[in-house]
Amino acid sequence: MGFSVKKDGDTCVVQVEGQLIVGNRQELKQRVLDEIERGERRFLVDFRQTGYIDSSGLGVLVSLSKRIREVNGELRLSNLNEELRTLFELTKLDTLFQIA
Amino acid sequence: MTDFPAFPLADSWFGDLRFPMDVRIPSDVRFIEPIVGAVVRRCAEHALSPRACRLNVPVALTEAISNAILRGNHEDYTKGVRIRATLDDRALVLEVEDEGTGFDLEACVTGPDRADNLEREDGRGLFLMCSLMDRVEIVPADCSVVRLTLHRA
Repeated sequence: MGFSVKKDGDTCVVQVEGQLIVGNRQELKQRVLDEIERGERRFLVDFRQTGYIDSSGLGVLVSLSKRIREVNGELRLSNLNEELRTLFELTKLDTLFQIA
Repeated sequence: MTDFPAFPLADSWFGDLRFPMDVRIPSDVRFIEPIVGAVVRRCAEHALSPRACRLNVPVALTEAISNAILRGNHEDYTKGVRIRATLDDRALVLEVEDEGTGFDLEACVTGPDRADNLEREDGRGLFLMCSLMDRVEIVPADCSVVRLTLHRA
């Protein structure tokens, strides 16, 4: 359970392993904010290994989206399974994020 | 490949739990994932649908417990959250009880339709609970208990 960050060209790829929920959302937020501080601007959050996301996890993604926009960066989400897509559709966050 | 999310701590912390479950956890968000994992595993063993085990149950139960810890008990570690769960051939019923004063469910649910809600960081928990379960109610006799019901498909 956790997050891994690696570079793929000019993109910072963040893998969410396990759940993204109230208990670990701040860790993800801090990892990405640290990368922004280092000058990273393009982010891809990969949900290939993610179980589920709660409202706190969705909220952190919203917060990061705003912060990345403020620095003229880009945030994309990838590899959402059917259930994760349902969460984004229910909350209409599929209209806020670029989902690959 | 499992049909539900991996919960590595669930078996070691709550492995002996069986339906009907009745367990009390401290007001600490680190306990959410293990207890949710234990409930989901038992649901899967009792042939609740894979989608319910991957989406409806973990998300809705996480929201209910999170709400109890953060808003009901205000993360007071001396207070507990009681989780009860039953599953029969008709439905899964989950009850989450905190030591707070309760809340008005209908007044607190905010949907995503208002444009200014879209970029809010919080405020989606009760909406998700209500969207993912067939019924969400405050138990009339005790307003600090939230009951979630999900019928078998």
